[in-house]
Amino acid sequence: MKLRKNVAVSEAGLLFNPVTGESFSVNPIGIEILNLIREEKDPEQIGRIILNKYTTDQATFEKDYYDFIGILEHHNLLESHEETKA
Amino acid sequence: MSKIRYERPVIKKLETGMPNKFGTRTEYAPMTHIDGVSVKSLIKEYGSPLFVISEKTVRSTIRKARKAFETRYPKVQFAWSYKTNYLNAICSIFHQEGSWAEVVSGFEYDKAISLGVDGKKIIFNGPEKSEEDLCKAIQNDSLIHIDHLDELYTISELADKSKSRPRVAIRVNMDTGVYPMWDRFGFNYENGQAWDAINKIMHSGRMELVGLHCHIGTFMLSPFAYGIAASKLAELALSVEQKFKHEIKYIDLGGGFASRNTLKGSYLPGSDTNPTFDDFAEAISSALLNSNFKQDNLPLLILETGRALIDEAGYLLGSVISNKRSSTGRRNTILDIGVNILFTSFWYDHKITPAQSFTQYSEDTCVYGPLCMNIDVIRESASLPLLNRGDQVVIQNVGAYNMTQWMQFISLRPHVVLIDMDEKPHVIRLRETLDNITGMEKVPEHLANFNK
Repeated sequence: MKLRKNVAVSEAGLLFNPVTGESFSVNPIGIEILNLIREEKDPEQIGRIILNKYTTDQATFEKDYYDFIGILEHHNLLESHEETKA
Repeated sequence: MSKIRYERPVIKKLETGMPNKFGTRTEYAPMTHIDGVSVKSLIKEYGSPLFVISEKTVRSTIRKARKAFETRYPKVQFAWSYKTNYLNAICSIFHQEGSWAEVVSGFEYDKAISLGVDGKKIIFNGPEKSEEDLCKAIQNDSLIHIDHLDELYTISELADKSKSRPRVAIRVNMDTGVYPMWDRFGFNYENGQAWDAINKIMHSGRMELVGLHCHIGTFMLSPFAYGIAASKLAELALSVEQKFKHEIKYIDLGGGFASRNTLKGSYLPGSDTNPTFDDFAEAISSALLNSNFKQDNLPLLILETGRALIDEAGYLLGSVISNKRSSTGRRNTILDIGVNILFTSFWYDHKITPAQSFTQYSEDTCVYGPLCMNIDVIRESASLPLLNRGDQVVIQNVGAYNMTQWMQFISLRPHVVLIDMDEKPHVIRLRETLDNITGMEKVPEHLANFNK
């Protein structure tokens, strides 16, 4: 799973997709996860990093993580499997 | 190293143009304390959900209302509307503050008497008063507000039998320019029913007509309608004086004043737009003072407002059970507060405030209750901060009707706690138990022991 290359993410929490012209606001933990996805960390590694840093448990984070990924997919911000393979 | 408070990751599309139906974010600060008592400690001690009532707010609100009227009109009396919240502790606060009791059933009448209210200070309203109820009210010299002719004739017969002269008023309904016009209670002003009832009472000689009463609607957003109502009752009172040389001692404008809540479908929040006590007082007292009553013979003005006096003092504390997404991607949050205990969520867009700190990020959210029923929706759409499972919330302005219209349905009703003037919490109604419910049930012998 990869974030689309041309998607711009600012540290302040603004995300811009130049293909569609859409802008999004993302909260700090969301930005952190996007950066970890950019660094090609897998969900397990991301989970470990977040659990070490924040007051949450694995079940809660896992649910929220996949919910977040679902919304990224919904907005077409992730590369599809075919694109990733290519 | 201490960990950072977790907030779920969220991404929100930025849109320009028309505002969406969720409106803008309204919560800027958490509500961590109520009258100096922490929400967290209240939930820890008494459980979640939990009703909390602030005695300070109850007292300051009734004092504010009295001041608004008493500075404009010389003779004012409030009567506490039992149906709005008849918990004994709450009624007692209003009675301590000088309010009479306004009841609408035999049950409420008995409650007022058992609390020690002087029978002469009980106003008995409503369309259903049994002969037994009426006998009690006559014996205690209470103020009986007649709703229909059948009741009028019953009281007349009872008065004759008991050789007493009950003090009565009639309830008058009228066109005050608001829609819908409430005409199901009492006698109509415009078509002459009210005048007809007055004549029947006066000619019978068996009752003493002491007052005229109306109650023009509920959650009234126009104070001017009360001005019209006051003028019409004044007109009627003066007609009685002219024809029978009989003085009407009081005019009772009923209740119906809007609270600070926001009605569903309103564009602006009720706290910014709804009339204040001063607005209602100005309209009513101006109408009475401008009528043809002699200066030294003004009738007593009685007010039975309930909702506007208690709504703001009530809070409902609860916890987040879960966050979900609907099939359309909408955020759904489930609270442990259901419509069975928050009846007013059918009428209002209640303000929901987190009880712990949160960031500036929010999500458009549908807030559900815990009941396994599709109707259990607390807010169809609210822009709420990001709530985690187990987080606590405070729903505000819930003091009116919820603790009387609530239902024991699916789950048991929670504790009600009063925070007193010294910021000390007291349980004023215990959480229900299974025994409370099953204790009233009977199982016929042939259905008992079905395992045998």
